[in-house]
Amino acid sequence: MHTQPPTPCSALDGILQHHGHRPTELLQILINAQQLEGWLPAPTLTYLAQALRLPRARVEGVAGFYSFLYTRPAGRFRVLFSDNITDRMLGNAELMDALCRKLWIEPGKLSEDGLVSIDATSCTGLCDQGPAMLVNGRAIGQLNHRRINEIAELIRQQRPLAQWPSEYFHIDDNIRRRDALLNLDMKPGAALASAIARGRAGWLAEMQASNLRGRGGAGFATAVKWSSARNAPGEPKVIVCNADEGEPGTFKDRVLLNTYADLVFEGMTLAAWAVGASEGFLYLRGEYSHLLPQLEAVLARRRAEGLLGMRILHEQGFDFDIRIHLGAGAYVCGEESALIESLEGKRGTPRIRPPFPVTCGYLGRPTVVNNVETLAKTCLIALQGGEAFAATGTAQSAGTKLLSISGDCAAPGIYEYPFGVSIARVLEDCGASDTQAVQVGGASGICLAGYEFQRRIAYEDVPTAGAFMIFDGTRDLFEVARSFVHFFAHESCGFCTPCRVGTALLKGFMDKLADGHGAQADLADIDWLDRLLKNASHCGLGSAAPNPVIDTLQKFRPAYERRLVSLDFEPAFDLDAALAEARQLTARDDPGAHLQTHEEGTP
Amino acid sequence: MSAPARKLRVATTSLAGCFGCHMSFLDIDEHLFELVELIEFDRSPLTDIKEVGPCDIGLIEGGVCNAENVHVLRAFRRNCKTLIALGACAVNGGLPAQRNHLPLSECLREVYQFRPGIANGQIPNDPELPLPLDKVRPIHEVVRIDYFLPGCPPSGPAIWKFLTDLIAGRTPRLTGGLLHYD
Repeated sequence: MHTQPPTPCSALDGILQHHGHRPTELLQILINAQQLEGWLPAPTLTYLAQALRLPRARVEGVAGFYSFLYTRPAGRFRVLFSDNITDRMLGNAELMDALCRKLWIEPGKLSEDGLVSIDATSCTGLCDQGPAMLVNGRAIGQLNHRRINEIAELIRQQRPLAQWPSEYFHIDDNIRRRDALLNLDMKPGAALASAIARGRAGWLAEMQASNLRGRGGAGFATAVKWSSARNAPGEPKVIVCNADEGEPGTFKDRVLLNTYADLVFEGMTLAAWAVGASEGFLYLRGEYSHLLPQLEAVLARRRAEGLLGMRILHEQGFDFDIRIHLGAGAYVCGEESALIESLEGKRGTPRIRPPFPVTCGYLGRPTVVNNVETLAKTCLIALQGGEAFAATGTAQSAGTKLLSISGDCAAPGIYEYPFGVSIARVLEDCGASDTQAVQVGGASGICLAGYEFQRRIAYEDVPTAGAFMIFDGTRDLFEVARSFVHFFAHESCGFCTPCRVGTALLKGFMDKLADGHGAQADLADIDWLDRLLKNASHCGLGSAAPNPVIDTLQKFRPAYERRLVSLDFEPAFDLDAALAEARQLTARDDPGAHLQTHEEGTP
Repeated sequence: MSAPARKLRVATTSLAGCFGCHMSFLDIDEHLFELVELIEFDRSPLTDIKEVGPCDIGLIEGGVCNAENVHVLRAFRRNCKTLIALGACAVNGGLPAQRNHLPLSECLREVYQFRPGIANGQIPNDPELPLPLDKVRPIHEVVRIDYFLPGCPPSGPAIWKFLTDLIAGRTPRLTGGLLHYD
């Protein structure tokens, strides 16, 4: 049914040429190759495997891993609705349903004419301006019925994306509160000049004095990471900026890259100066590919200004440049060792640590992986000194933190606070009322109930990568947890059994409860699964996967218990309905042809 | 082994199974003499008791393929303090569950109507016969199960180890060669 002419090899040759025939560029090559036909036909994979001298299975393994790469036809228009809980709260299901009906297709299936497919995807980082979607990788926010009607018409007319109204693709920063970082108006190169003046050792000492900790959530001391990489043997050293902002509810890195890209790239260059690195990567999540042209432009300008390339700011021996590497829809690549695997053109499977990336990272070389916000913050330290930075925030959490606020509040968006701000203060500032719970740190973070709103955002109390999702009294926290459980089951990389099977089983139990088949025994099994996932998983994805369930079972247990139909055990399916087909085939309706779904007399 | 004060009462049955697990149970050979010192049998192919009564331990072989299986399994659950899924079919549905990817109607029509040599065949509808479920289910999907003993079948030594653990009050734990799924 989909007999298409084979991809012209000349086009593939051009892509291979552009990427220097390097197997480490496999993911980038596949992303580019997919743009030719909207999917990756088998002959294309074979051709690329031969050209790169890679096993065919390796190429197919990579193509099959990333959810934005298609090994089957997916249509000329590939529509993916963002399916974070915040999108759901804004009514994405109804909009997706409406678009499917207008285009006469079922979710997840290609239309018969091969024109369009519609499906759901994990959070696309537009939680403050949802519901959101991606069309052929391009982000569109603020969906409503009117916009959906227009999009249906554009697709029916087969209008190329370039001719769609440009306001669809407009994405707001929504910066609501500025502090040290967002108020910084720095001339590109100023921080770098200051750090170079201090010398490499002096700059590293300044970083040590700052007590800067990683903003990706784990909070590892940045200076320790840098000096470990600096002291590790192996050349050339590598700086990676982790912009694979996949944690549901987080979108601060998108804003930093959109409006403060110079700070981010300057931060990477500052890291290179401290570490002695010469190669840099920005790992940009596929959902943010709309930022790619402007980021490339910033890089080109910085090269022209002597802030990247050979002899940066005329400093002998300071050579450093940055390449942008696109992701393709895999949450697990936010984990630093999975990210490095992906950078090397492989499936994003987390590595066994140790060795840590600082000694053995990209291609076995010493590699620093820092969050976007962490790197931007280093500009502040270079300009104002480490001690000034350390003087803000709390004892163990120096500086400020960007929060990505979404959900039930009047003004969702980006808020920058000094560390130590209370949950209650944040809720007041963003205009939240009747708040029932706040999910801090995304799906893998912590769910805070009303009695905890005096707690503070800081590594010593509530650590976070920045997500702050608000749920008011009308929301059902069981459904919130269930959506996160579905997210983890979808994003599990499949490498280790506890996570691959455990997240699927947990999803099964949550669905069983949602379908009205829950029993007390299921809560005990959920507890057991939570412990198994926490203790036996290979990486942080699996061990964080039960967090939403653990928290809500503890703090919102009635939301689970009210769904139970029995205190003992219930099947997940209707036993009498399971006999229906046999009844029909035999034309029987006697008492023996029926089963009671709830057994009488069981305790 | 520290024997309990009284003999434990044990029931066994096979639902959608092949009695292979029961045959494997007999493979404990001379341990059977030790076993009958510690337990007495309730409903089991060994006693020919038809209805299960109050028991300490129930061993279920086979998955759940029809309405009668459901009744028997529920009766075991009501009567047994500890209920054990014995063997691959009880644990996962096993061989009989291979029909799960086919519609039940196709299975029955193929056997009773379309098989070569059958004329005017019809699907049996005698009320004496239990109706098949649309899918074969592992027993833990129908009632709560306390322990799982995998294997097709679990070996005699595995069953012996499992039962003696249970009788002595140790949480049964199979390791090494005793634990296998095929």
